[in-house]
Amino acid sequence: MPQRKVLDARNTFCPGPLMELIANMKLIGVGDELEVLSTDKGSADDVPEWIKKVGHQMVGTTEVNGVWHIVVRKAK
Amino acid sequence: MQILIVGGGTGGTILGNSLARRLASEIRAGKVRITLLSASDKHMYQPGLLYVAFGQMTPDQLYRDEASLLESSIDFHVDPVTEFHLDRNEVKTGSGKTYAYDLLVIATGARIVPQEVPGMAEGSENFYTEEGALRLHKRLMEFRGGTVAMVVSLPHKCPVAPIEAMFLLHDFFKARNIRDKVKLQYNYPVNHVHATANVARWAKPEFDKAGIEYETLFNVREVDPVKKIVYSEEGTECKYDLLIAIPPHRGMEMVETNNLGLGGWIPTDRFKLTMNDHDNVYVIGDATNIPVSKTGSAAHFEAEVASDNIVSVIKTGVPVREYDGRVYCFIEAGFDRATHNAFDYINLPELKPPTKSVHWFKVAYNQMYWSTVRGLL
Repeated sequence: MPQRKVLDARNTFCPGPLMELIANMKLIGVGDELEVLSTDKGSADDVPEWIKKVGHQMVGTTEVNGVWHIVVRKAK
Repeated sequence: MQILIVGGGTGGTILGNSLARRLASEIRAGKVRITLLSASDKHMYQPGLLYVAFGQMTPDQLYRDEASLLESSIDFHVDPVTEFHLDRNEVKTGSGKTYAYDLLVIATGARIVPQEVPGMAEGSENFYTEEGALRLHKRLMEFRGGTVAMVVSLPHKCPVAPIEAMFLLHDFFKARNIRDKVKLQYNYPVNHVHATANVARWAKPEFDKAGIEYETLFNVREVDPVKKIVYSEEGTECKYDLLIAIPPHRGMEMVETNNLGLGGWIPTDRFKLTMNDHDNVYVIGDATNIPVSKTGSAAHFEAEVASDNIVSVIKTGVPVREYDGRVYCFIEAGFDRATHNAFDYINLPELKPPTKSVHWFKVAYNQMYWSTVRGLL
């Protein structure tokens, strides 16, 4: 059963949401998902760009009250 | 009350000294006891390793005896913890002893794991250990020309260190009159030259001015030490003559073996600094999973918050404040100029142009650090 881990990167600038995501991708299994919470709207573009480049999968992006919930799946 | 601090680095030492001073009367009355356990009798000033790599400090300048930094009322033992038993408020140590506590502080730091990237340990240099910094210095002194490449793994301590190293490389080769024979290539994991937008906005034109080349979205996948090529997860590659790697980090091994947190990073409330589901366990410094920089500066500010709250709970029964994500870092922009970087959970850093005076303040701080960990500054 795939697991989903929530990564709360709201209001953080250094290292920031994308860095946290990349670091945490190493710690989860193939097929598992990460849900990144970010208050930086740039994350909604940055994360999909990296996911596409590396070959993982975007599950979805939603914005709720200024917080972007970006869900990705580790594909390899 | 028995307070047990595990870890004698920046966070553990500052916190121990602060508690010992502020709870002096309770300690004298036998109501409070502070014990600090460390894996080493030495305390290292880790930011000094970068200076060792460039021949500006020698390793002996980085160390003090931990006992000499601590208040005499602290019960200090070199006896690394091997087992955490949070359910019964005790830890076991390498010597076989059991230490019970009412309040535990975990400040065990982080370690490098270059072996997790194929070829990295054999094919690269780094400045994250004394041996590594000395070896890098030797390689730099022997270097006659070619490509010096930097790769940055995640997660890692001190997010500005890779940028500082590039500026120092530029000035190092300039001073040796071979800068025109050296290509400096910086490879960085995200889509800017630094994770923090304002730092990236400052560093990019500085890189351009210094002729430092860069590739972003470069996450190192593998190093081939024979062909001298480093491959990225994004499908690109970089040839090098000398590779400097920022190795990936993990929390300490005993944190992982005791299942305290994935990757060795302990789940911690970012405001209270208590371990999730364990109100009598504080976690500070690199050991937390808080999404802030893993730096001595964060450990310092976190130690102050933890101290204020522990003291207040003992004296009044309630905590007084939350950690606001504060971090302050110097950024060396070469051999003789520097800027600085201050931010918290709400406020972005605003970087000023580098100056000589900030650089000299950083040089002074390299000595003032010993007053900081003693709790005098």
